[in-house]
Amino acid sequence: MIVPYSHILMLAGILFAMGVFCAVARRNLIMMLIGVEIMLNAAGLAFVAAALRWQQLEGQVFVLFIFAIAAAEVSVGLALIVYAYRRTGSLDPERYNILKW
Amino acid sequence: MTVYAAIFYILAGVILVATGLAITRRNLVHSIVYLVISFFGSAMLYYLFGAPLLAALEIIIYAGAIMVLFLFIIMMLRVEPSALRKPTFRQWLPAGVLSLIYIAVAILVVTTDPGSQTILETALARPRVFGRFLFQRYWLSVEIVSFLLLIALIGALYLGRAFVKEGGDRKEDQP
Repeated sequence: MIVPYSHILMLAGILFAMGVFCAVARRNLIMMLIGVEIMLNAAGLAFVAAALRWQQLEGQVFVLFIFAIAAAEVSVGLALIVYAYRRTGSLDPERYNILKW
Repeated sequence: MTVYAAIFYILAGVILVATGLAITRRNLVHSIVYLVISFFGSAMLYYLFGAPLLAALEIIIYAGAIMVLFLFIIMMLRVEPSALRKPTFRQWLPAGVLSLIYIAVAILVVTTDPGSQTILETALARPRVFGRFLFQRYWLSVEIVSFLLLIALIGALYLGRAFVKEGGDRKEDQP
C-alpha cells in the first residue's frame, strides 16, 4: 500500500511546472535545456506510477524510451549550444539576433 | 499511513525542494548539483514503484551521464552567472492567469477522477521479466531508438567539429 495515484500525479505535475518555469524564465541556454530535462523526468515519473496503477509493463517500457530520447536531445542540444557560443561568445538567448537587421 | 507512504512523502518533499533550489540558483554548477540530488530522489521513487531496472538507469543516465555532460559544457564555456528574467507586470499577468486556470482545472480533473483514490499496491517488475517483455513485444522500437541515438551522435559530431575557413566572409567564426 503506497499512496493514492492522484498524489503521484500532483507531484509529477508540480515537477513539470517547475521545468516549464526554468525553461521560460532563465536567461541562459543551459538552464533552458535543464528545464526540458526536468519536464522529461516528471513525465517518466507519471508513467512509472501509471504502470504500477494498472499493473501493465508498457509504462516502464515507455520510460526506457524517454531516457533514450533525453540522452539524444541533450547531446544534440549541447552541441548546438557550443556552436552558438562559438559564433556569438555568449549564452544569453537575447544575443542571438544576427538575422535581425 | 504505512511505511511506504512515509517514504513517498519524504522523497517527494526532498525532490521538490532540490528542484526548486536548482531552478533558482544563479551559479550553474550549484543548480546541477541540486538537480543530481533531485534525480537520485526520482530513482528511489522508481524503485518504490517497482521498477528497479529503471531506477538503476535513472542514476546511470540522468544523474550520471547527462549531468556530467552539462558539467563538462559549463567548464568548457565561460559562463557568467545568469539572473532570472524579470518580466514586467503586463507581460506577467496573462501568463499567470492562464497558468492558474490550468492548475485549477488539473487539480479538479485529478481529484474528481473516480479511480484516483485507489491506493496503489506494491509490486515489483524484475529486470529479467522486464527485459524479456521489452525484447519480445517492442524489439522494433528498441532498434528505432538505437538508430535515433546513432543519428544524434553523428549530428553532435557534425555540429561540434572545428570551424573550417570556407571563404572570406566567415572570418568572424573563429573565436
